[in-house]
Amino acid sequence: MYDIKETYRAHSIEEALALLEGHPGAVLVNGGTDVMIRMKEGKLTDAVLISIMDVPEIIGISLRENGDIAIGAGTCFQDIYHNEVIRGAVPALAHAANQVGSPQIRHVATIGGNLCNGAVSADSVPILLAMNAELELAGAQGTRRVALTQFHTGPGKTVLQKGRELLTTIVIPKEEYAGRYGSYIKFGQRNAMEIATLGAAVCLKLQANKTRLEDIRIAFSVAGPTPLRCAKTEAALKGMALTGDMVKALRQGVIQEVQPRDSWRASKQLRLQLVKELGERALRQAAEEAGGTIHD
Amino acid sequence: MGIGKEVKKIDAVQKVNGTAKFVEDMLPQGALHAKILHSTIANGLVKSIDCTEAWKVPGVQAIITCFDVPQTEYATAGHPLSLDPNHEDVKDRLILSRRVRFYGDEIAAVAATDPLSARKAVERIRVQYEEYAPLLTPEAAIGAQPLNPAYPTNELARLDFSIEGSEVTWGKASFATGARIAGRQDLVADHFYVPAVHGAHIETNGCFAYMDGPKMVVVTSNQVPFTARRNIANALEMPLGQVRVIKPYMGGGFGNKQDTLYEPIAALLCKKLGGKCVSLIMTREETFVCSRTRHAMDIFTSLEVDGEGRMKKRAIRINANGGAYAAHGHAITAYAVTNYFQTYAAEDVQIGESSTAYTNLPSAAALRGYGIPQLAFAMESQMDDLAVKLGMDPIALRRLNMMQNGFLDPFDHFVVKSCGLGDCVDKGEAAVNWSAKRAEYDAFNKTSKKIKKGLGMAIFSYKTGVYPLQIENAACRIILNEDGTAQIQVGATDLGQGSDTVFTQIASEILTIPEERLFLLSFQDTDHTPYDAGAYASRQTYVSGGAVKKAALLMKEKLLERAASIHGRQAGELTLRDGWIVEEKSGEPLASIAGVAAYMQYCNDHVLHTEHLTAEATYTCMSNTFAFGACFADVEVDVPLGKVKINRIVNVHDSGTILNPQLARAQVHGGIAMGVGYALGEQLLYDPNTGRMRNDNLLDYKIPTSMDVPPMETHFVETYEPTGPFGNKALGEPPLIPQAPAIRNAVLHATGVSIRSLPMSPQNLVAAFIEAGLINEDE
Repeated sequence: MYDIKETYRAHSIEEALALLEGHPGAVLVNGGTDVMIRMKEGKLTDAVLISIMDVPEIIGISLRENGDIAIGAGTCFQDIYHNEVIRGAVPALAHAANQVGSPQIRHVATIGGNLCNGAVSADSVPILLAMNAELELAGAQGTRRVALTQFHTGPGKTVLQKGRELLTTIVIPKEEYAGRYGSYIKFGQRNAMEIATLGAAVCLKLQANKTRLEDIRIAFSVAGPTPLRCAKTEAALKGMALTGDMVKALRQGVIQEVQPRDSWRASKQLRLQLVKELGERALRQAAEEAGGTIHD
Repeated sequence: MGIGKEVKKIDAVQKVNGTAKFVEDMLPQGALHAKILHSTIANGLVKSIDCTEAWKVPGVQAIITCFDVPQTEYATAGHPLSLDPNHEDVKDRLILSRRVRFYGDEIAAVAATDPLSARKAVERIRVQYEEYAPLLTPEAAIGAQPLNPAYPTNELARLDFSIEGSEVTWGKASFATGARIAGRQDLVADHFYVPAVHGAHIETNGCFAYMDGPKMVVVTSNQVPFTARRNIANALEMPLGQVRVIKPYMGGGFGNKQDTLYEPIAALLCKKLGGKCVSLIMTREETFVCSRTRHAMDIFTSLEVDGEGRMKKRAIRINANGGAYAAHGHAITAYAVTNYFQTYAAEDVQIGESSTAYTNLPSAAALRGYGIPQLAFAMESQMDDLAVKLGMDPIALRRLNMMQNGFLDPFDHFVVKSCGLGDCVDKGEAAVNWSAKRAEYDAFNKTSKKIKKGLGMAIFSYKTGVYPLQIENAACRIILNEDGTAQIQVGATDLGQGSDTVFTQIASEILTIPEERLFLLSFQDTDHTPYDAGAYASRQTYVSGGAVKKAALLMKEKLLERAASIHGRQAGELTLRDGWIVEEKSGEPLASIAGVAAYMQYCNDHVLHTEHLTAEATYTCMSNTFAFGACFADVEVDVPLGKVKINRIVNVHDSGTILNPQLARAQVHGGIAMGVGYALGEQLLYDPNTGRMRNDNLLDYKIPTSMDVPPMETHFVETYEPTGPFGNKALGEPPLIPQAPAIRNAVLHATGVSIRSLPMSPQNLVAAFIEAGLINEDE
């Protein structure tokens, strides 16, 4: 029942870009967990598919010489979840990787696909947003680097030039993870095999005495047309003591910065409640990870 | 082994290693694939259909539209034939519909060499509609433009009555939605609402049809092959005997495969193509939209008790949303409204009103529990609300009022001869340490704001089979082989519940032949298997089991008689033991069953008229009985997230004698999981403007995953039901009835909030908690 016209297999980034150029309208496929659904639903017909499953440059996780973490876009969630570098430096991302779909999906679905589809519910996005991750996009003219905060432009839309560019690497710069602690909380009606009703991530750094916030980033999925950061609340919380007032400031701040909508999947009322509650819980979790104690 | 033993499921190995063949596994090579064109409006008329472009798709073999089908309306429900024309199922379906009644209605079909070509052709068919406003609720539909001219008000049926003592007086009320039942000032009701849900069985509905000479052979995943045969014959205007229905292994059905769905479409395409094999396997999305749902119901209940808590007045009104086609008519709503007066009875006033409406939603019909899960939610929620109001323990209030042994059912006029309901409650109460745990949680909840804990329970009663409303019969044939093994043939269908295994145990119990030497194929064929009404109403062990018992006793009698005559003894002195005919008193072995079978079949002494030993019997079940049970749920509510975590859930059942404890526990486990889904997550969502189903997939339709199902505990109270073949009663459907109200009552205990509708999803609970002031940002 899959309406596939032609398939190609790339073995390098260069070959993938060449195949894209040679086949306008072709679709890149790796894990296929989103592409297959689009074909099944009849949204993608007469499909020309270019497989990037065998492009070694985009698979795997490494620590660059400067200490940046580089995650190949073709790395599947299962491998991210089990990776020692990720578990050591950004355990919240390992946790987020383990929240995607089901075990079967996590064995094939890739982080690159999750990002490039531009879904507002993508599980990998909130924590990467909160960690100021950057993306490397390869094109005929070479590679450009885009901050993830600038990547999403609308529901299902990103700055990636489809048909001309390929996401190769997700970079977490050293200064964005060293000394910082993160958390991601996914909320779904079920405890597994879910699409996020809402996702909340917090990444923070405490001052040396661990009683105040030195820096904090707060990100949400499904709280607006794109995954988003709460910059004003982040600014307001910076320097605050770890008290109930800080928690209250987060709760009151974040709901001013999100624009969740009423949809048949969830009401605006529920999403606003989740923004406050999950924001608080993510904050508490990250603070605890960082060794801080919140005095309510 | 025999009954009462943990005999391993006879099809376990085939199902685990994948050799069990389901419909789709049996598709013959070269079979054509059919796809359906579904309407994109919920209410209207097909003005014209243009198939020109569709015919151009390579591989297309046949196209039929709603303008090409026989004009005889047929019934889809899987009920046995009623010889009383007043009790026949409603005939309101054509193979394809010109008069569109729901979004997704079948209006054309294409058969092609492969599924993709069929789909491409379907997409190229152009349709012009005359469109009417969708009528999605009983309130909207009743009194509006008729969907079926035979029912000009869109009210399919009503059942209204009052009961005095055990006398029912039938009346005729009119459709109402207000709080006062029967317009009486003293009967002010609370309003409960339960949405439509789906069975979501693993194997989607599917079939294929081919002709073998004059015979139309339909292989289908259907719970009631003999009724399907009748419905298919009616739809195709063929003689019944010319249709042959085959049912292979089945991957679940829950009642959804009790209706005839796409079998007539596949058969008509096949007929058009001169008998070529045409398959029609529903997608998951089609199974959601185009099979059957559980009825959405508005339930209004009113209850008055005296100073001690004894019920004085009891009244109920149920308005059910029947959807586009009648299917089971009013039977399910009638089951629900009457059960309100069976589980409990009041002394002074008892009034029931009920209605089923035609609407423009997918058709509602049988789904495990047949109306009782809906009723139980309202009835048992009401009990706990009343207990809170009276300051009484909810269990104490139930004990004062619930059904006891000797109860005379006012509707079906039978007397309850086994009732373990009280023992079920006692057993569950002890298992969860009810009073101490409730007190512990009360204390916990005084100081805990975000997390609240609760313990709740609910009870139920459920009939076994449908006697006396319908005929309850079943047949079985036992064929003895010369080595003392035997084939057991039944028309009853095993859709996963394990009936085939239990039938084998019953035969083994009587014939003393071990189960591994008895062969029962999970393969019903209306040309070869004896008649059975099929799998529904939790009737298999009670009714079909009776047929197996009767056939096995007949075979035993034959064996003893033949052995007696061969050996010059009296049959009355003999019995069967461990595969041998023995002298009853002394135990002296006379001959093995194998020996008698071989002798009778092959003896060539030029005197004996040989005999292939077979036994065939039809059992007519002229009784009914209630199975009972209770569920206890221990929950933790994360108030700000509206999320319920079930710490522990305990089901206690009185299903009479338990014939296979392992299978019985498994049946209860499945029921609990399904009940948890009904309680916390499942609901079919429709676009209010178009009537289109929004969540026709397993991502958005939230059946629980293994991560959502709590640790499950099952207990049985074994009563002996004198009318059951071995003292047994229903256990197929009962397991999923009480979870939703038990969990709801636990949430009530935890939070003090009285939830009146399902599901208790985070969205609905957060809204309820905000309204109740439990979630309050200003604090």
